[in-house]
Amino acid sequence: MLLEYIAIGVLLFLATAVAAIAIFLGELFGPKRKSDKKAQPYESGMLPIGPGTRRMPVRFYLIAVLFILFDIEIVFFLPWAVVFRQLGLFGLIEMIIFIGILLVGYIYAWKKGALEWE
Amino acid sequence: MTQLDFITVLPIAFLTFWVCALLLADLFIKRKGLTAVLAAVGLAITLGLTLMQVGRSALGFNGMLVLDGFSIFVQTLLLLSGLLGIALAYGYIRRMKIERGEYYGLLLFSIIGMMLMAQAADLIMVFLALETLSIPLYVLAAFARPNPDSEESGLKYFLLGAFAGGFVLYGIALIYGATGSTQLAQIISVVNLSGGFEGIYNPTLMLIGAALVLVGLGFKVAAVPFHMWTPDVYQGAPTAVTAFMAAGAKIAGFAALLRVFALAFPTLSADLSPVLWVISALTMFGGNLIAISQTNIKRMLAYSSIAHAGYILMAFVPFGDPKVLPVSVAAGLFYLVAYTLTNFGTWGVVIALEKAEGKGLEISDYAGLGRKYPALAAAMTVFMLSLTGMPPTLGLVGKFYLFRAVLEGGYVWLAVIGVITSLISAYYYLRVVVTMYMHEGEAQTEREFWLGLTTLGAAVLTVLISLTPQWLFILAKDAVLMLF
Amino acid sequence: MMAGTLPISYYLGLSALLFTLGVLGVLIRRNALVIFMSVELMLNAGNLAFVAFARMYDMLNGQIFVFFVMAVAAAEVAVGLALIVAIFKTKRSIDVDQMNSLKG
Repeated sequence: MLLEYIAIGVLLFLATAVAAIAIFLGELFGPKRKSDKKAQPYESGMLPIGPGTRRMPVRFYLIAVLFILFDIEIVFFLPWAVVFRQLGLFGLIEMIIFIGILLVGYIYAWKKGALEWE
Repeated sequence: MTQLDFITVLPIAFLTFWVCALLLADLFIKRKGLTAVLAAVGLAITLGLTLMQVGRSALGFNGMLVLDGFSIFVQTLLLLSGLLGIALAYGYIRRMKIERGEYYGLLLFSIIGMMLMAQAADLIMVFLALETLSIPLYVLAAFARPNPDSEESGLKYFLLGAFAGGFVLYGIALIYGATGSTQLAQIISVVNLSGGFEGIYNPTLMLIGAALVLVGLGFKVAAVPFHMWTPDVYQGAPTAVTAFMAAGAKIAGFAALLRVFALAFPTLSADLSPVLWVISALTMFGGNLIAISQTNIKRMLAYSSIAHAGYILMAFVPFGDPKVLPVSVAAGLFYLVAYTLTNFGTWGVVIALEKAEGKGLEISDYAGLGRKYPALAAAMTVFMLSLTGMPPTLGLVGKFYLFRAVLEGGYVWLAVIGVITSLISAYYYLRVVVTMYMHEGEAQTEREFWLGLTTLGAAVLTVLISLTPQWLFILAKDAVLMLF
Repeated sequence: MMAGTLPISYYLGLSALLFTLGVLGVLIRRNALVIFMSVELMLNAGNLAFVAFARMYDMLNGQIFVFFVMAVAAAEVAVGLALIVAIFKTKRSIDVDQMNSLKG
């Protein structure tokens, strides 16, 4: 039963091995000239500004949260869309109610200014 | 959707529609008092729709929701708690400068969850209702933002509530695995059919699942040893929210416990009854003993509410005994009514004395209340007597029915523990009374019409109903009869 | 059991492991965000168990339940993150050990 998974196992092993060997060989034969400049974190070729762990403004967290809420509702649309024809009018009305409730949330968020970018 | 489905869900559907409309209307309402009135009107109409269903019983949405006497009884109680909750909050949130229209919307959303809980006939519905009632409560607990106490209360409630939700969900998953169904009626029929044969029914998995559900719901109703969050949350949340949370979440939690355990798990009673016995005893002892050392009235009442969860849990101990169960569940329902009434009255007094920035919440602040505000002090005395279980109050009658039912089930020691812990509780409840009447002090209260009406009305009802409690007990009994 | 599929016990073992990790995370970790992530782990352990059982019984309702749980989890994320951000604004910390202004 487990035999069919062996192919995946072999693939995983080979992929890891190739990567490991490449890194190991590079480390072994590559020339190493360390300098302060090279030890700096890479930031798209620019000089790094400020500490790397500084805090970011989270003013867009609100939009992220709204995205999660509306995004997850897709999960209910998909199965509905698949059996749309079998469900007929009843399914359509149910979905309209569902979207209506979502819409209430959307209008609320909109009027409260949650969608504005300062 | 058939007509039957529609009837089953009518009050909840109406309330959902009303809240959505209220949420939108509130965006344009300047005076938030109007939002409160609209919310109360919505609850009142829903109450009317619920009462119109009396006598009906139906199974809707392919066995997802059930409508029976029990659900109507519990929903009526929940809707009344909602109305009382709005009455308490009306002046309070204005005075505390946290008057935002969302308060009422969230309150109503939470009530929708609680009502679904009372009607749930499927474990999926139990989980969804649990979350629907909890999530608005998390927000309400943190409603006094940016007050750090309130925020802390909200976060603690949220983390532990979500933790408990995880237990319930995993428990449900295991029960599904053990029986192949999440419907309460099908679960028990699979269990009964298996009759010792090695079918799909897996007793071990079922027991673990039931235990996990018990842990999760135990968190919700604040039973020891899952009570740690209660004092912090009750203390930090705005007092009007605490009052609603203490009553509403308990009613709904117990309704779900009852339906799930009585309908789906009776075969597990040999294993789970002793567990419930221990939890109930621990809860009564723990809540009452720790309450003694409290100086903050909100914290004291939080421990008191833990203790009362213990008393109500007594009603569940004989859940596998079909002879005793109807009586004990009726007693539990009666006790819930008594507790709800007393609870809102007590918190009403606390709200009357509370001042901005958490002042006026120490028990010592109640000194001199008896001389300056005799009516309020008399009401508080009634509530303290009722919580202790002394005459002439509803608390005594409730305890009487409970202890009698437990004795009928043969759990003598549990009844003894109930009596002993009631005696212990007299110490800290009566201390409040002594402080009010015997100590010199300058107690100050706020005068608000709805608050005063709720508090004094609850006090009068607590005494009056205790004089003729029979009709209420018969109502509770009838409600339970239709369940079995 | 069909040939070529893993036995159900493997999935259940994994889900039990995830659930235990989640519980331990809630009990041990002190950062509110990490605690919350552990709770999500518990929910997903439940989801995994549901899907595995649904496959075992060849029924759909277990998988449908997972959809509902995902929606609920999203709602919890919204409320939870909002609370955590609000707390961070006032306290500059989300360490639950520092949340001790409420004591009796």
